[in-house]
Amino acid sequence: MVREAVRWLVSSLVLLFVVSALTFVLVSLAPGDAAKSILAGQTSTYTQEQYENMRVLLGIDQPLHEQYWTWLTNLAHGSLGQDLFSGQEVTEVLAGRIGPSLSIILGTVLVSAVLGVGLGILSAWRGGWLGRVVDAVSLVGFAVPNFWLALVLVELLAVRLTMFPAGGYTDLATDPGAWLAAIALPVITLSAGAVAFVAKQTRDSMADVLSREFVTMLHARGLSTRSILVKHALRNASIPVVTMLGLLLVSLLSGTVLVESVFSIPGLGQEAVNATGSHNLPLIAGVAFYFTIVVIIANLLVDLSYRLLNPKVRGS
Amino acid sequence: MTLTGLLRRPLGLISALYLLVLVIVTTGAPWVAPSDPEAQDLGNALAGPSAEHWLGTDRLGRDVLSRLLHGGQITLVSVVEAALVFTLLGVTLGLAAGYLGGWADRLIARLGDLLLALPGIIVLLMVLSVFPGNDLATMIALGVISCPTLLRVVRGQTMALRQELYVKAARLSGLTGGRIMWRHILPRLAGPIIVQVSLFAATAVLVQAALSFLGLSTPETEGPSWGNMVGSAAEVISRDSWLMVPTGGILVITVLALGLLGDAVRDLTVGRALPAVVRPRRRPTPVATTAEPDRTALLSVRDLTIAFGDTTVVRDVTFDVGPGEAFGIVGESGCGKTVTARSLLGLLADGGYVKSGSAVFDGRELAGMSEKDFRTIRGSRIGLVAQEPMSGLDPSFRVGSQLVEVIRRHDPMTRRAARARAVELLTMVHLPEPAQVARRYPHELSGGMAQRVVIALALAGNPDLLIADEPTTALDVTVQVEILGLLRELRSELGMAVILVTHDWGALADLCDRAMVMYAGEVVEQATVDELYRTPRHPYTRGLLAANPHVAPVGDGLPVIPGSVPPPALWPAGCHFQPRCDLATAECGTGPIPLVIPGPERESRCIHIEELVAP
Repeated sequence: MVREAVRWLVSSLVLLFVVSALTFVLVSLAPGDAAKSILAGQTSTYTQEQYENMRVLLGIDQPLHEQYWTWLTNLAHGSLGQDLFSGQEVTEVLAGRIGPSLSIILGTVLVSAVLGVGLGILSAWRGGWLGRVVDAVSLVGFAVPNFWLALVLVELLAVRLTMFPAGGYTDLATDPGAWLAAIALPVITLSAGAVAFVAKQTRDSMADVLSREFVTMLHARGLSTRSILVKHALRNASIPVVTMLGLLLVSLLSGTVLVESVFSIPGLGQEAVNATGSHNLPLIAGVAFYFTIVVIIANLLVDLSYRLLNPKVRGS
Repeated sequence: MTLTGLLRRPLGLISALYLLVLVIVTTGAPWVAPSDPEAQDLGNALAGPSAEHWLGTDRLGRDVLSRLLHGGQITLVSVVEAALVFTLLGVTLGLAAGYLGGWADRLIARLGDLLLALPGIIVLLMVLSVFPGNDLATMIALGVISCPTLLRVVRGQTMALRQELYVKAARLSGLTGGRIMWRHILPRLAGPIIVQVSLFAATAVLVQAALSFLGLSTPETEGPSWGNMVGSAAEVISRDSWLMVPTGGILVITVLALGLLGDAVRDLTVGRALPAVVRPRRRPTPVATTAEPDRTALLSVRDLTIAFGDTTVVRDVTFDVGPGEAFGIVGESGCGKTVTARSLLGLLADGGYVKSGSAVFDGRELAGMSEKDFRTIRGSRIGLVAQEPMSGLDPSFRVGSQLVEVIRRHDPMTRRAARARAVELLTMVHLPEPAQVARRYPHELSGGMAQRVVIALALAGNPDLLIADEPTTALDVTVQVEILGLLRELRSELGMAVILVTHDWGALADLCDRAMVMYAGEVVEQATVDELYRTPRHPYTRGLLAANPHVAPVGDGLPVIPGSVPPPALWPAGCHFQPRCDLATAECGTGPIPLVIPGPERESRCIHIEELVAP
């Protein structure tokens, strides 16, 4: 147990280190820098001296490894550095951005887990046409680009039927109803593909378990269909499904960038796109840091649920 | 994976053809496209489909079809770039990891884990900030961060192939590792690689389109791309929603084609038939038999005929089991013993059903019984113990909790009372430290212990009849004796009837009073166990007995019955046993053999019975 915790900690730190180092290297390679972006925003002409001063001011005149070291020391003190443009702490800039992204991601995981697992069980049990429908829907769900679906949903449900707002975000704490309305379309967009994926994985995994001898024996002992399906078969079929949900959570980080853009939701994804355009290194590194944390937590949750679901892992 | 195989899968074939046509028309766009993709005709903007513009025109009056064809070039180039990187890296690293093993394997596996854990979109965004608008760089990055999926597949397959004889032989003959991988392993991996690459190509199409849609690569000023065409279609969506159809449609169809092609190749190379599920279903009502059941028996089976689909696997089985009686069903594997036994619980695998006949249990007809009614019988009136004790238990739940669930299902009581009853049952099957066993998971039990638990589970509903289907076959010899002893003891203690399905004469003699011998779906002889042993009245029974190590004289080789049990589709006309029988004559093959009564309370399905009687 302790050994595994240590292993998890080490691999998480390695991942954080690699992602942040990669961020620094790649951004430093990028043509142009933040000093140019800022000056260009202020005046149409600026001198070389102004430019050098700005670089010193921003701290980007330092060699890359020193910039990175500064960033790491700051991190140890709980700071992700300052936004190059506003001078604000990156943690503060991003603080308000986490909520929208997390709402969309977790909302989608929840919807696709509930609907996907439900549909998967049903099609494993009923088989036949429902299984084929799940197959077909999951293929189409995979094929429809989510940005296209988002656009169509906005046009149909927000603009024409005005059932939902076409964009923007309201905090959960401010107004739960408005929050739900704001994340509804993004979540529906991302769930379209995800539900079908989860359903297919659940169906295949359940079909495999249902063909096993112990299920026949459960029938022979007179247990109810509901208990056999939902308690016994699902528990044994759950590990591949949980793995799938973990992968889904990670892939939704990419998905949220797209839907935030279409629905103009001020989340981490939109911030990442903007920061990339303006070479705002601390901000990019900050978003990458948060995304990596999400990945690490997702992996941890998957690992923990393995222990919970499989007595053999738990015992060893 | 052959071309003819692909031909037999219409969806895969259509997908392959579509992709081929797509490649041709996009590469040939300058010649194929009906008009210049940039030619504007503002007077004819946002026109729907027409003879002149098949897919209509966009907001500047440009021909949508031409723009799609030209835009496809970027998609095509991007996908090829990304897929090349993906394939090269995935295959090379996968082969190296799988073939070399050891530290190389561990290193590559770690690298793969790391790449998979990277937030992909961040990497792509950063690459785009380094190389603004550069599709090549983005696609290389996409190939790199996605390659672990292919790597894992190739690694796993290589590890398996490495153990195969022909690869070992190649190694022994002195071929270098590189040559073995290239010549002997790689060709065998073509199928799985194509599957992964086509799925990845589908992803690459979507990623390229998304980035172009966001304006991060190929903005509209640089010419049409599928992604930026969706973007410009969206700008006018309120005025004209038609444009969303061709722009989204081509993406959907292309991705769908790649996905379907991957699925078709997978079906061809890996096979993906879903396993058969034991699933209660609406059964056809069996044809009732005219034979009268024995009302004094606990179970009275008459002319029971079972089929899977169109194939009859058990025919006209008739027997009675009295209250508290132990009845045996003997025969080789594949004779229909288990199917007969399981049909009494309505637990035939998919496609199996009782075609005709009747099985009356305590006054209720089991043949054609509804699933709902079977649930009132299973566990509480008829219990089942099967061959493999381990696979009879749910691996995810503790022994105690499995017992408690079954106990409470049949006899509603508090959880605490059920737990006490569970320990009582475990004591009854002679498990030492029953309370401790109740806390264990199935994988923490030995085979013998697990079978005792399975018996306890079967007893939890106080059944009147226990079906023991080869209960000792999977166990060690000493454990076999103990389990048989336990069954004998439980039978006399609880007054429960037992049907023992077995091919072991020793077990039969140990437990049963009467037995029937089954061969190829038919009952060939029925008598008391004592009579079966001493005076077999069917050549099959005689052959089985002679091949029995408990009975055969020590020292000589075991005489075996030549040949094997024919599958139901190949049953001979007349006597099913006749091809393997040394008494067979032409008469044996002419028609169905009737049961004869060679003595009180016994039956045989043989017309040469006199020759068996005379020594």
